[in-house]
Amino acid sequence: MSAASHATPKVRAFKPDRDVEEWHGKYVPYDLIKEVIVAIVVVSVLVVGLAVIFSSPDDKPVTVQSWSTTNPVDFAQTAITELDGTSGTATYGPPYNNTPDVSQSIGPINPDKWAGVHHPINTSLDYVLNPLRSLPHSPQVEAAITEYQSATPAQQAAWTAAYEKSVAKATFVNGSVQVPTGDYGPVGVIIGSLTSMARSGALDGALVSSHQFYGTDYTKPLLFIADGTYLSDLAQGQHLSGDQWGMMNETGSYPGQAWLWLYTLWYQVAPLNTSANADLQVWAIMMVLTVLLALLPFIPGLRSIPRWTRVYRLIWRQHYRDLGSDNEGRTSTTSPATSSASESPPVHSTV
Amino acid sequence: MTIDTGTPPDLGVAADGSAGLPEDAGQLTAKLRNAALEALPPERMMPDRQPAYVASWIYVFGVITVAALAVVIVTGMVLSVMGPTWWHLSSTGLFVNSLHMWSVEIFFFAMIIHLWGKFFMAAWRGRRRATWITGVVSFVVSVGAAFTGYLSQQNFDSQWISTQAKDGINSTGAGAIFNVTNFGQMLMWHIMLLPLVVVLLVGIHVLLVRRRGVVPPFALPDRSAEQVPTTVGSAPVTANETITNEVTP
Repeated sequence: MSAASHATPKVRAFKPDRDVEEWHGKYVPYDLIKEVIVAIVVVSVLVVGLAVIFSSPDDKPVTVQSWSTTNPVDFAQTAITELDGTSGTATYGPPYNNTPDVSQSIGPINPDKWAGVHHPINTSLDYVLNPLRSLPHSPQVEAAITEYQSATPAQQAAWTAAYEKSVAKATFVNGSVQVPTGDYGPVGVIIGSLTSMARSGALDGALVSSHQFYGTDYTKPLLFIADGTYLSDLAQGQHLSGDQWGMMNETGSYPGQAWLWLYTLWYQVAPLNTSANADLQVWAIMMVLTVLLALLPFIPGLRSIPRWTRVYRLIWRQHYRDLGSDNEGRTSTTSPATSSASESPPVHSTV
Repeated sequence: MTIDTGTPPDLGVAADGSAGLPEDAGQLTAKLRNAALEALPPERMMPDRQPAYVASWIYVFGVITVAALAVVIVTGMVLSVMGPTWWHLSSTGLFVNSLHMWSVEIFFFAMIIHLWGKFFMAAWRGRRRATWITGVVSFVVSVGAAFTGYLSQQNFDSQWISTQAKDGINSTGAGAIFNVTNFGQMLMWHIMLLPLVVVLLVGIHVLLVRRRGVVPPFALPDRSAEQVPTTVGSAPVTANETITNEVTP
Protein backbone atom coordinates (compact mmCIF):
# COMPACT_ATOMS: atom_id res chain seq x y z
CA MET A 1 0.00 0.00 0.00
CA SER A 2 1.38 3.35 -0.94
CA ALA A 3 2.16 6.09 1.48
CA ALA A 4 -0.38 8.31 -0.23
CA SER A 5 -3.26 6.04 0.72
CA HIS A 6 -2.32 6.46 4.38
CA ALA A 7 -2.43 10.25 4.14
CA THR A 8 -4.89 11.90 6.47
CA PRO A 9 -7.65 13.59 4.50
CA LYS A 10 -7.39 17.36 4.54
CA VAL A 11 -10.26 18.83 6.49
CA ARG A 12 -11.63 22.19 5.59
CA ALA A 13 -14.66 24.10 6.70
CA PHE A 14 -17.66 24.85 4.49
CA LYS A 15 -17.35 28.37 3.17
CA PRO A 16 -20.49 29.84 1.63
CA ASP A 17 -18.52 31.95 -0.84
CA ARG A 18 -16.60 28.95 -2.09
CA ASP A 19 -18.73 25.86 -1.54
CA VAL A 20 -22.30 24.87 -2.31
CA GLU A 21 -24.74 22.33 -1.10
CA GLU A 22 -25.59 19.65 -3.58
CA TRP A 23 -29.06 20.13 -5.00
CA HIS A 24 -31.51 17.42 -4.02
CA GLY A 25 -34.59 19.39 -4.95
CA LYS A 26 -36.96 19.39 -7.86
CA TYR A 27 -35.90 19.20 -11.50
CA VAL A 28 -38.00 20.53 -14.33
CA PRO A 29 -38.11 19.70 -18.05
CA TYR A 30 -35.57 21.63 -20.11
CA ASP A 31 -35.00 21.50 -23.88
CA LEU A 32 -31.45 22.70 -24.44
CA ILE A 33 -31.51 22.53 -28.24
CA LYS A 34 -34.85 24.32 -28.43
CA GLU A 35 -33.47 27.08 -26.23
CA VAL A 36 -30.43 27.56 -28.47
CA ILE A 37 -32.55 27.61 -31.63
CA VAL A 38 -35.00 30.11 -30.15
CA ALA A 39 -32.11 32.32 -28.99
CA ILE A 40 -30.52 32.32 -32.45
CA VAL A 41 -33.84 33.14 -34.11
CA VAL A 42 -34.59 35.97 -31.64
CA VAL A 43 -31.10 37.46 -31.95
CA SER A 44 -31.18 37.17 -35.76
CA VAL A 45 -34.54 38.93 -35.98
CA LEU A 46 -33.32 41.66 -33.62
CA VAL A 47 -30.09 42.12 -35.58
CA VAL A 48 -31.90 42.30 -38.93
CA GLY A 49 -34.34 44.82 -37.48
CA LEU A 50 -31.58 47.04 -36.13
CA ALA A 51 -29.62 46.79 -39.39
CA VAL A 52 -32.64 47.70 -41.49
CA ILE A 53 -33.64 50.62 -39.28
CA PHE A 54 -30.25 52.05 -38.33
CA SER A 55 -27.71 50.63 -40.86
CA SER A 56 -24.08 51.26 -39.77
CA PRO A 57 -21.73 54.24 -39.95
CA ASP A 58 -19.07 54.53 -42.64
CA ASP A 59 -17.52 58.00 -42.72
CA LYS A 60 -14.97 58.33 -45.50
CA PRO A 61 -11.35 58.19 -44.37
CA VAL A 62 -9.14 61.25 -44.43
CA THR A 63 -6.40 61.10 -47.04
CA VAL A 64 -3.33 63.30 -47.28
CA GLN A 65 -4.90 64.62 -50.47
CA SER A 66 -8.22 65.51 -48.83
CA TRP A 67 -6.43 67.04 -45.84
CA SER A 68 -4.10 69.20 -47.95
CA THR A 69 -6.92 70.18 -50.28
CA THR A 70 -9.34 71.13 -47.52
CA ASN A 71 -6.81 72.74 -45.21
CA PRO A 72 -3.51 73.36 -47.05
CA VAL A 73 -2.19 75.74 -44.40
CA ASP A 74 -2.58 73.11 -41.66
CA PHE A 75 -0.82 70.65 -43.94
CA ALA A 76 2.07 73.08 -44.54
CA GLN A 77 2.33 73.85 -40.82
CA THR A 78 2.53 70.12 -40.10
CA ALA A 79 4.97 69.44 -42.94
CA ILE A 80 7.53 71.92 -41.62
CA THR A 81 7.46 70.21 -38.19
CA GLU A 82 8.10 66.91 -39.94
CA LEU A 83 11.06 68.44 -41.78
CA ASP A 84 12.66 70.00 -38.71
CA GLY A 85 11.87 67.03 -36.44
CA THR A 86 9.56 68.75 -33.97
CA SER A 87 6.26 67.01 -34.85
CA GLY A 88 4.47 64.59 -32.58
CA THR A 89 5.74 61.61 -34.54
CA ALA A 90 9.30 62.96 -34.79
CA THR A 91 9.50 63.32 -31.01
CA TYR A 92 7.40 60.25 -30.12
CA GLY A 93 10.09 57.81 -29.06
CA PRO A 94 9.69 54.01 -29.23
CA PRO A 95 8.56 52.20 -31.28
CA TYR A 96 9.11 54.89 -33.98
CA ASN A 97 12.39 56.54 -32.99
CA ASN A 98 14.86 56.99 -30.16
CA THR A 99 13.86 60.41 -28.86
CA PRO A 100 15.34 60.58 -25.34
CA ASP A 101 13.30 61.11 -22.15
CA VAL A 102 9.86 60.70 -23.69
CA SER A 103 9.14 57.07 -22.75
CA GLN A 104 6.33 56.53 -20.30
CA SER A 105 7.29 54.80 -17.09
CA ILE A 106 6.08 53.77 -13.67
CA GLY A 107 9.09 53.98 -11.41
CA PRO A 108 11.80 51.84 -12.97
CA ILE A 109 9.30 50.10 -15.25
CA ASN A 110 9.78 51.44 -18.76
CA PRO A 111 8.32 48.88 -21.18
CA ASP A 112 8.32 50.87 -24.41
CA LYS A 113 12.00 51.71 -23.96
CA TRP A 114 12.76 48.07 -23.25
CA ALA A 115 10.90 47.03 -26.39
CA GLY A 116 12.82 49.58 -28.49
CA VAL A 117 12.29 50.91 -32.00
CA HIS A 118 10.46 48.47 -34.27
CA HIS A 119 8.75 50.75 -36.81
CA PRO A 120 11.47 53.32 -37.50
CA ILE A 121 10.28 56.66 -38.86
CA ASN A 122 12.57 59.54 -39.76
CA THR A 123 9.98 62.21 -40.47
CA SER A 124 12.35 64.51 -42.36
CA LEU A 125 13.30 61.78 -44.82
CA ASP A 126 10.16 59.61 -44.81
CA TYR A 127 7.55 62.35 -44.90
CA VAL A 128 9.27 65.15 -46.82
CA LEU A 129 12.57 64.60 -48.63
CA ASN A 130 12.22 61.05 -49.97
CA PRO A 131 8.68 61.55 -51.34
CA LEU A 132 9.85 64.75 -53.08
CA ARG A 133 12.77 62.85 -54.61
CA SER A 134 10.26 60.50 -56.25
CA LEU A 135 8.82 63.38 -58.30
CA PRO A 136 9.94 63.10 -61.94
CA HIS A 137 11.56 65.98 -63.80
CA SER A 138 11.78 68.40 -60.88
CA PRO A 139 15.20 70.06 -61.08
CA GLN A 140 14.09 72.96 -58.84
CA VAL A 141 12.96 70.55 -56.12
CA GLU A 142 16.10 68.42 -56.47
CA ALA A 143 18.25 71.52 -56.13
CA ALA A 144 16.34 72.63 -53.04
CA ILE A 145 16.77 69.23 -51.41
CA THR A 146 20.48 69.20 -52.21
CA GLU A 147 20.92 72.69 -50.79
CA TYR A 148 19.00 71.80 -47.63
CA GLN A 149 20.91 68.57 -47.00
CA SER A 150 24.26 70.23 -47.72
CA ALA A 151 23.68 72.96 -45.14
CA THR A 152 24.88 72.72 -41.56
CA PRO A 153 22.36 71.65 -38.92
CA ALA A 154 22.43 75.19 -37.52
CA GLN A 155 21.59 76.66 -40.93
CA GLN A 156 18.81 74.10 -41.45
CA ALA A 157 17.39 74.97 -38.04
CA ALA A 158 17.51 78.71 -38.82
CA TRP A 159 15.62 78.22 -42.12
CA THR A 160 12.98 75.91 -40.66
CA ALA A 161 12.49 78.06 -37.55
CA ALA A 162 11.92 81.12 -39.70
CA TYR A 163 9.52 79.28 -41.98
CA GLU A 164 7.67 77.68 -39.04
CA LYS A 165 7.15 81.12 -37.54
CA SER A 166 5.85 82.58 -40.79
CA VAL A 167 3.68 79.66 -41.87
CA ALA A 168 1.37 80.42 -38.97
CA LYS A 169 0.35 83.49 -41.03
CA ALA A 170 0.25 81.64 -44.33
CA THR A 171 -2.57 81.90 -46.81
CA PHE A 172 -3.47 79.69 -49.71
CA VAL A 173 -3.73 81.63 -52.95
CA ASN A 174 -3.91 80.40 -56.55
CA GLY A 175 -3.06 76.82 -55.65
CA SER A 176 -0.04 77.50 -53.51
CA VAL A 177 0.82 78.31 -49.91
CA GLN A 178 1.83 81.96 -49.53
CA VAL A 179 4.00 82.88 -46.56
CA PRO A 180 5.40 86.35 -45.73
CA THR A 181 8.80 87.07 -47.24
CA GLY A 182 11.72 85.78 -45.17
CA ASP A 183 15.02 83.95 -45.17
CA TYR A 184 13.82 80.37 -45.55
CA GLY A 185 16.55 79.14 -47.90
CA PRO A 186 15.24 76.15 -49.86
CA VAL A 187 12.55 75.36 -47.26
CA GLY A 188 9.87 77.39 -49.03
CA VAL A 189 10.33 75.39 -52.23
CA ILE A 190 10.40 72.12 -50.29
CA ILE A 191 7.19 72.72 -48.34
CA GLY A 192 5.42 74.33 -51.28
CA SER A 193 6.31 71.38 -53.53
CA LEU A 194 5.26 68.87 -50.89
CA THR A 195 1.90 70.64 -50.53
CA SER A 196 1.37 70.48 -54.28
CA MET A 197 2.36 66.83 -54.30
CA ALA A 198 -0.07 66.13 -51.44
CA ARG A 199 -2.91 67.93 -53.22
CA SER A 200 -2.32 65.86 -56.33
CA GLY A 201 -2.70 62.61 -54.36
CA ALA A 202 0.83 61.46 -55.13
CA LEU A 203 1.98 61.74 -51.51
CA ASP A 204 -0.62 59.22 -50.28
CA GLY A 205 0.94 56.45 -52.33
CA ALA A 206 4.49 57.52 -51.53
CA LEU A 207 3.85 57.25 -47.79
CA VAL A 208 2.49 53.70 -47.67
CA SER A 209 5.04 51.72 -45.75
CA SER A 210 5.82 49.05 -48.27
CA HIS A 211 8.79 48.01 -50.26
CA GLN A 212 6.73 45.90 -52.60
CA PHE A 213 3.74 46.26 -54.90
CA TYR A 214 1.14 45.17 -52.33
CA GLY A 215 1.01 47.12 -49.12
CA THR A 216 -1.27 47.03 -46.09
CA ASP A 217 0.75 49.01 -43.52
CA TYR A 218 -0.58 52.56 -43.22
CA THR A 219 1.52 53.53 -40.21
CA LYS A 220 3.38 56.38 -41.92
CA PRO A 221 0.46 58.19 -43.57
CA LEU A 222 -1.73 57.72 -40.48
CA LEU A 223 0.85 59.22 -38.14
CA PHE A 224 1.52 62.07 -40.58
CA ILE A 225 -2.20 62.90 -40.78
CA ALA A 226 -2.55 62.61 -36.99
CA ASP A 227 0.26 65.13 -36.50
CA GLY A 228 -1.95 67.85 -38.01
CA THR A 229 -5.02 69.39 -36.47
CA TYR A 230 -7.39 68.50 -39.31
CA LEU A 231 -8.06 64.93 -38.14
CA SER A 232 -8.47 65.89 -34.49
CA ASP A 233 -10.83 68.75 -35.41
CA LEU A 234 -13.03 66.30 -37.30
CA ALA A 235 -12.91 63.90 -34.36
CA GLN A 236 -13.82 66.68 -31.95
CA GLY A 237 -16.86 67.42 -34.06
CA GLN A 238 -17.82 63.75 -33.85
CA HIS A 239 -17.38 63.69 -30.04
CA LEU A 240 -14.48 61.25 -30.38
CA SER A 241 -11.63 63.05 -28.65
CA GLY A 242 -10.09 61.77 -25.46
CA ASP A 243 -11.77 64.29 -23.17
CA GLN A 244 -15.11 63.32 -24.73
CA TRP A 245 -14.76 59.63 -23.77
CA GLY A 246 -13.82 59.15 -27.40
CA MET A 247 -12.54 55.57 -27.27
CA MET A 248 -15.99 54.22 -26.50
CA ASN A 249 -17.85 56.45 -28.97
CA GLU A 250 -18.65 55.95 -32.62
CA THR A 251 -19.13 58.42 -35.43
CA GLY A 252 -22.63 59.82 -35.66
CA SER A 253 -25.03 58.70 -32.97
CA TYR A 254 -24.20 55.02 -33.18
CA PRO A 255 -23.19 52.99 -30.14
CA GLY A 256 -19.47 52.34 -30.15
CA GLN A 257 -17.28 50.25 -27.89
CA ALA A 258 -19.32 50.99 -24.76
CA TRP A 259 -17.55 48.11 -23.02
CA LEU A 260 -14.43 50.30 -22.90
CA TRP A 261 -16.12 52.72 -20.48
CA LEU A 262 -13.90 51.85 -17.55
CA TYR A 263 -10.72 52.16 -19.63
CA THR A 264 -11.91 55.54 -20.90
CA LEU A 265 -12.99 56.67 -17.44
CA TRP A 266 -9.44 56.78 -16.10
CA TYR A 267 -8.44 59.35 -18.70
CA GLN A 268 -11.12 61.70 -17.37
CA VAL A 269 -10.09 61.74 -13.70
CA ALA A 270 -7.23 63.44 -11.88
CA PRO A 271 -4.34 62.93 -11.65
CA LEU A 272 -4.40 60.66 -14.71
CA ASN A 273 -5.98 63.27 -16.99
CA THR A 274 -2.85 65.41 -16.68
CA SER A 275 -0.21 62.74 -16.16
CA ALA A 276 2.66 62.43 -18.63
CA ASN A 277 2.56 58.68 -18.00
CA ALA A 278 -1.22 58.37 -18.23
CA ASP A 279 -1.29 55.69 -20.94
CA LEU A 280 0.96 53.31 -19.05
CA GLN A 281 -0.76 54.05 -15.74
CA VAL A 282 -4.23 53.41 -17.18
CA TRP A 283 -3.07 50.17 -18.75
CA ALA A 284 -1.49 49.09 -15.47
CA ILE A 285 -4.72 49.82 -13.59
CA MET A 286 -6.78 47.89 -16.15
CA MET A 287 -4.38 44.94 -16.07
CA VAL A 288 -4.63 44.76 -12.28
CA LEU A 289 -8.43 45.06 -12.34
CA THR A 290 -8.70 42.38 -15.03
CA VAL A 291 -6.55 39.97 -13.04
CA LEU A 292 -8.60 40.71 -9.92
CA LEU A 293 -11.82 40.02 -11.81
CA ALA A 294 -10.51 36.74 -13.20
CA LEU A 295 -9.20 35.60 -9.82
CA LEU A 296 -12.17 36.88 -7.83
CA PRO A 297 -13.15 33.40 -6.60
CA PHE A 298 -9.82 33.17 -4.78
CA ILE A 299 -9.87 36.58 -3.10
CA PRO A 300 -11.42 36.67 0.38
CA GLY A 301 -13.61 39.70 0.88
CA LEU A 302 -14.18 40.39 -2.79
CA ARG A 303 -15.75 37.00 -3.32
CA SER A 304 -18.14 37.69 -0.44
CA ILE A 305 -19.64 40.80 -2.09
CA PRO A 306 -22.44 38.83 -3.80
CA ARG A 307 -23.52 37.32 -0.46
CA TRP A 308 -23.30 40.64 1.34
CA THR A 309 -25.22 42.63 -1.28
CA ARG A 310 -27.97 39.97 -1.39
CA VAL A 311 -28.85 40.75 -4.99
CA TYR A 312 -29.05 36.97 -5.34
CA ARG A 313 -32.39 37.11 -3.50
CA LEU A 314 -33.84 38.87 -6.53
CA ILE A 315 -32.35 36.34 -8.93
CA TRP A 316 -33.58 33.33 -6.98
CA ARG A 317 -36.71 34.93 -5.54
CA GLN A 318 -38.90 32.14 -6.89
CA HIS A 319 -36.70 29.58 -5.22
CA TYR A 320 -36.78 31.36 -1.87
CA ARG A 321 -40.52 31.89 -2.19
CA ASP A 322 -40.94 28.17 -2.80
CA LEU A 323 -38.67 27.51 0.12
CA GLY A 324 -40.81 29.71 2.38
CA SER A 325 -44.10 28.16 1.34
CA ASP A 326 -42.58 24.73 1.61
CA ASN A 327 -41.46 25.42 5.15
CA GLU A 328 -44.85 26.66 6.29
CA GLY A 329 -46.19 23.14 6.46
CA ARG A 330 -43.23 21.47 8.07
CA THR A 331 -40.76 21.93 10.87
CA SER A 332 -37.76 20.96 8.83
CA THR A 333 -36.03 23.61 6.71
CA THR A 334 -34.13 21.40 4.34
CA SER A 335 -34.30 21.52 0.55
CA PRO A 336 -37.64 22.55 -0.89
CA ALA A 337 -38.72 19.58 -2.94
CA THR A 338 -37.22 16.56 -1.31
CA SER A 339 -40.74 15.39 -0.58
CA SER A 340 -41.19 14.01 -4.04
CA ALA A 341 -38.60 11.47 -5.05
CA SER A 342 -40.24 11.04 -8.42
CA GLU A 343 -39.45 14.65 -9.32
CA SER A 344 -35.73 14.10 -9.14
CA PRO A 345 -33.86 12.59 -12.06
CA PRO A 346 -31.89 9.42 -11.56
CA VAL A 347 -28.59 11.26 -11.82
CA HIS A 348 -27.42 14.55 -10.45
CA SER A 349 -27.82 16.10 -13.86
CA THR A 350 -26.71 19.62 -14.43
CA VAL A 351 -27.36 22.33 -16.92
CA MET B 1 -11.90 -12.05 -54.79
CA THR B 2 -13.64 -10.14 -51.99
CA ILE B 3 -15.96 -7.22 -52.31
CA ASP B 4 -15.81 -4.34 -49.90
CA THR B 5 -19.39 -3.80 -48.82
CA GLY B 6 -18.55 -0.79 -46.74
CA THR B 7 -19.45 -2.54 -43.51
CA PRO B 8 -17.38 -1.02 -40.71
CA PRO B 9 -15.12 -3.47 -38.87
CA ASP B 10 -15.88 -4.48 -35.32
CA LEU B 11 -13.67 -2.11 -33.36
CA GLY B 12 -14.12 -3.97 -30.14
CA VAL B 13 -15.50 -1.00 -28.25
CA ALA B 14 -17.87 -1.94 -25.49
CA ALA B 15 -21.24 -0.28 -25.17
CA ASP B 16 -20.10 1.60 -22.08
CA GLY B 17 -17.41 3.33 -24.08
CA SER B 18 -14.49 1.50 -22.53
CA ALA B 19 -11.89 -0.26 -24.60
CA GLY B 20 -13.05 -3.69 -25.60
CA LEU B 21 -9.79 -5.53 -24.98
CA PRO B 22 -7.53 -5.21 -21.96
CA GLU B 23 -4.58 -4.21 -24.09
CA ASP B 24 -6.62 -1.33 -25.53
CA ALA B 25 -6.92 0.34 -22.15
CA GLY B 26 -3.51 1.92 -22.57
CA GLN B 27 -4.38 3.56 -25.88
CA LEU B 28 -4.37 7.34 -25.79
CA THR B 29 -7.53 7.32 -27.87
CA ALA B 30 -9.30 5.02 -25.43
CA LYS B 31 -8.09 7.02 -22.46
CA LEU B 32 -9.26 10.28 -24.02
CA ARG B 33 -12.65 8.80 -24.91
CA ASN B 34 -13.15 7.37 -21.47
CA ALA B 35 -12.07 10.57 -19.75
CA ALA B 36 -14.45 12.59 -21.93
CA LEU B 37 -17.34 10.23 -21.21
CA GLU B 38 -16.59 10.31 -17.51
CA ALA B 39 -16.42 14.12 -17.42
CA LEU B 40 -19.38 14.69 -19.68
CA PRO B 41 -21.75 11.74 -19.92
CA PRO B 42 -24.48 12.26 -22.54
CA GLU B 43 -27.18 13.08 -19.97
CA ARG B 44 -24.99 15.85 -18.60
CA MET B 45 -23.77 17.08 -21.99
CA MET B 46 -27.30 17.39 -23.37
CA PRO B 47 -29.65 17.43 -20.39
CA ASP B 48 -33.44 17.38 -20.61
CA ARG B 49 -33.96 18.43 -16.99
CA GLN B 50 -32.67 21.32 -14.98
CA PRO B 51 -32.87 22.27 -11.30
CA ALA B 52 -36.02 24.16 -10.41
CA TYR B 53 -34.05 27.12 -9.06
CA VAL B 54 -33.02 28.01 -12.62
CA ALA B 55 -36.02 30.27 -12.92
CA SER B 56 -35.01 33.83 -13.77
CA TRP B 57 -34.64 35.96 -16.87
CA ILE B 58 -31.01 36.49 -15.98
CA TYR B 59 -30.29 32.95 -17.19
CA VAL B 60 -31.23 33.71 -20.79
CA PHE B 61 -28.31 36.08 -21.28
CA GLY B 62 -25.79 33.25 -21.44
CA VAL B 63 -27.50 31.57 -24.36
CA ILE B 64 -28.18 34.97 -25.99
CA THR B 65 -24.45 35.65 -25.82
CA VAL B 66 -23.71 32.37 -27.57
CA ALA B 67 -26.44 33.01 -30.16
CA ALA B 68 -25.10 36.51 -30.85
CA LEU B 69 -21.60 35.09 -31.21
CA ALA B 70 -22.94 32.68 -33.83
CA VAL B 71 -24.47 35.59 -35.77
CA VAL B 72 -21.23 37.58 -35.43
CA ILE B 73 -19.26 34.69 -36.90
CA VAL B 74 -21.67 33.99 -39.75
CA THR B 75 -21.90 37.67 -40.79
CA GLY B 76 -18.14 38.01 -40.45
CA MET B 77 -17.68 35.03 -42.74
CA VAL B 78 -19.94 36.62 -45.35
CA LEU B 79 -17.86 39.81 -45.16
CA SER B 80 -14.71 37.69 -45.51
CA VAL B 81 -16.02 36.00 -48.63
CA MET B 82 -16.37 39.32 -50.44
CA GLY B 83 -13.25 41.01 -49.07
CA PRO B 84 -12.54 44.02 -46.88
CA THR B 85 -13.59 46.76 -49.33
CA TRP B 86 -16.91 45.22 -50.38
CA TRP B 87 -19.04 46.81 -47.70
CA HIS B 88 -17.84 50.31 -48.60
CA LEU B 89 -18.90 49.93 -52.23
CA SER B 90 -22.08 47.88 -52.12
CA SER B 91 -25.41 48.45 -50.39
CA THR B 92 -25.64 44.72 -49.79
CA GLY B 93 -22.19 44.81 -48.25
CA LEU B 94 -23.18 47.73 -46.03
CA PHE B 95 -26.21 45.75 -44.86
CA VAL B 96 -24.09 42.73 -43.98
CA ASN B 97 -21.68 45.02 -42.15
CA SER B 98 -24.65 46.43 -40.25
CA LEU B 99 -25.70 42.91 -39.29
CA HIS B 100 -22.15 42.28 -38.11
CA MET B 101 -21.97 45.49 -36.08
CA TRP B 102 -25.35 45.09 -34.36
CA SER B 103 -24.71 41.45 -33.54
CA VAL B 104 -21.47 42.54 -31.87
CA GLU B 105 -23.38 45.14 -29.84
CA ILE B 106 -25.91 42.52 -28.73
CA PHE B 107 -23.13 40.06 -28.01
CA PHE B 108 -21.44 42.45 -25.59
CA PHE B 109 -24.71 43.67 -24.09
CA ALA B 110 -25.75 40.09 -23.30
CA MET B 111 -22.30 39.01 -22.16
CA ILE B 112 -21.91 41.88 -19.70
CA ILE B 113 -25.35 41.25 -18.16
CA HIS B 114 -24.47 37.54 -18.03
CA LEU B 115 -21.21 38.38 -16.29
CA TRP B 116 -22.85 40.62 -13.69
CA GLY B 117 -25.58 38.06 -13.13
CA LYS B 118 -23.01 35.35 -12.49
CA PHE B 119 -21.12 37.69 -10.20
CA PHE B 120 -24.15 38.28 -8.00
CA MET B 121 -24.82 34.53 -7.96
CA ALA B 122 -21.20 33.97 -6.89
CA ALA B 123 -21.24 31.44 -9.70
CA TRP B 124 -17.70 30.27 -8.96
CA ARG B 125 -18.89 28.33 -5.91
CA GLY B 126 -18.75 24.56 -5.89
CA ARG B 127 -15.71 23.90 -8.06
CA ARG B 128 -16.84 26.36 -10.73
CA ARG B 129 -13.79 28.62 -10.55
CA ALA B 130 -12.53 27.52 -13.97
CA THR B 131 -15.95 28.32 -15.42
CA TRP B 132 -15.72 31.85 -14.03
CA ILE B 133 -12.14 32.36 -15.19
CA THR B 134 -12.79 31.14 -18.74
CA GLY B 135 -15.80 33.47 -18.85
CA VAL B 136 -13.77 36.50 -17.79
CA VAL B 137 -10.94 35.67 -20.18
CA SER B 138 -13.47 35.18 -22.98
CA PHE B 139 -14.78 38.68 -22.28
CA VAL B 140 -11.28 40.19 -22.35
CA VAL B 141 -10.32 38.45 -25.59
CA SER B 142 -13.67 39.45 -27.11
CA VAL B 143 -12.85 43.09 -26.32
CA GLY B 144 -9.62 42.61 -28.30
CA ALA B 145 -11.48 40.96 -31.17
CA ALA B 146 -13.97 43.82 -31.36
CA PHE B 147 -11.21 46.41 -31.06
CA THR B 148 -9.31 44.97 -34.03
CA GLY B 149 -12.59 44.96 -35.92
CA TYR B 150 -12.98 48.68 -35.37
CA LEU B 151 -9.38 49.11 -36.59
CA SER B 152 -10.16 47.10 -39.73
CA GLN B 153 -13.08 49.24 -40.91
CA GLN B 154 -10.90 51.34 -43.29
CA ASN B 155 -12.87 54.50 -42.59
CA PHE B 156 -12.51 57.65 -40.51
CA ASP B 157 -13.45 55.84 -37.32
CA SER B 158 -10.68 53.28 -37.71
CA GLN B 159 -8.18 56.03 -38.52
CA TRP B 160 -9.05 57.93 -35.38
CA ILE B 161 -9.21 54.87 -33.11
CA SER B 162 -5.86 53.57 -34.34
CA THR B 163 -4.04 56.88 -33.94
CA GLN B 164 -5.46 57.29 -30.44
CA ALA B 165 -5.09 53.69 -29.26
CA LYS B 166 -1.48 53.45 -30.38
CA ASP B 167 -0.37 55.52 -27.38
CA GLY B 168 -1.74 53.08 -24.83
CA ILE B 169 -0.50 50.00 -26.68
CA ASN B 170 2.93 51.53 -27.32
CA SER B 171 3.33 52.57 -23.67
CA THR B 172 3.18 48.90 -22.66
CA GLY B 173 5.85 47.95 -25.18
CA ALA B 174 3.34 45.78 -27.05
CA GLY B 175 3.38 48.26 -29.93
CA ALA B 176 6.66 46.73 -31.01
CA ILE B 177 4.81 43.64 -32.28
CA PHE B 178 1.16 44.73 -32.27
CA ASN B 179 0.97 47.74 -34.57
CA VAL B 180 -2.56 49.14 -34.49
CA THR B 181 -1.86 51.37 -37.51
CA ASN B 182 -0.97 48.35 -39.66
CA PHE B 183 -4.27 47.51 -41.33
CA GLY B 184 -3.12 44.15 -42.69
CA GLN B 185 -1.92 42.95 -39.30
CA MET B 186 -5.08 44.09 -37.51
CA LEU B 187 -7.32 42.44 -40.11
CA MET B 188 -5.53 39.13 -39.63
CA TRP B 189 -5.91 39.35 -35.86
CA HIS B 190 -9.57 40.24 -36.28
CA ILE B 191 -10.65 37.55 -38.70
CA MET B 192 -8.33 34.72 -37.69
CA LEU B 193 -6.41 34.76 -34.42
CA LEU B 194 -8.78 36.39 -31.94
CA PRO B 195 -12.00 34.74 -33.18
CA LEU B 196 -10.26 31.38 -32.91
CA VAL B 197 -9.35 32.08 -29.29
CA VAL B 198 -12.82 33.44 -28.46
CA VAL B 199 -14.57 30.41 -29.93
CA LEU B 200 -12.17 28.06 -28.16
CA LEU B 201 -12.64 29.79 -24.80
CA VAL B 202 -16.40 30.01 -25.14
CA GLY B 203 -16.46 26.32 -26.08
CA ILE B 204 -14.46 25.38 -22.98
CA HIS B 205 -16.66 27.68 -20.88
CA VAL B 206 -19.86 26.02 -22.12
CA LEU B 207 -18.44 22.53 -21.57
CA LEU B 208 -17.51 23.50 -18.02
CA VAL B 209 -21.05 24.74 -17.47
CA ARG B 210 -22.31 21.41 -18.73
CA ARG B 211 -19.95 19.55 -16.46
CA ARG B 212 -20.40 21.50 -13.24
CA GLY B 213 -23.96 22.63 -13.73
CA VAL B 214 -25.63 25.89 -12.79
CA VAL B 215 -24.59 27.08 -9.37
CA PRO B 216 -27.23 26.43 -6.67
CA PRO B 217 -28.64 29.32 -4.63
CA PHE B 218 -27.10 30.53 -1.40
CA ALA B 219 -28.59 29.00 1.69
CA LEU B 220 -30.61 31.58 3.58
CA PRO B 221 -28.70 32.99 6.57
CA ASP B 222 -31.12 31.56 9.14
CA ARG B 223 -30.81 28.11 7.60
CA SER B 224 -27.13 27.86 6.95
CA ALA B 225 -26.16 26.61 10.39
CA GLU B 226 -28.36 23.55 10.17
CA GLN B 227 -27.52 22.64 6.60
CA VAL B 228 -24.66 20.21 6.62
CA PRO B 229 -23.19 19.71 3.21
CA THR B 230 -21.78 16.38 2.31
CA THR B 231 -20.45 17.31 -1.08
CA VAL B 232 -19.19 20.41 -2.73
CA GLY B 233 -20.95 21.41 -5.90
CA SER B 234 -21.92 18.73 -8.33
CA ALA B 235 -18.49 17.14 -8.32
CA PRO B 236 -17.33 14.80 -5.58
CA VAL B 237 -14.89 16.01 -3.01
CA THR B 238 -11.36 14.93 -3.87
CA ALA B 239 -9.92 11.88 -2.20
CA ASN B 240 -7.82 13.80 0.26
CA GLU B 241 -10.46 16.36 1.18
CA THR B 242 -13.41 16.33 3.45
CA ILE B 243 -15.77 19.03 4.64
CA THR B 244 -16.57 19.78 8.24
CA ASN B 245 -20.03 20.67 9.45
CA GLU B 246 -18.85 24.03 10.61
CA VAL B 247 -20.02 26.94 8.51
CA THR B 248 -17.54 29.74 8.22
CA PRO B 249 -17.99 32.98 6.38
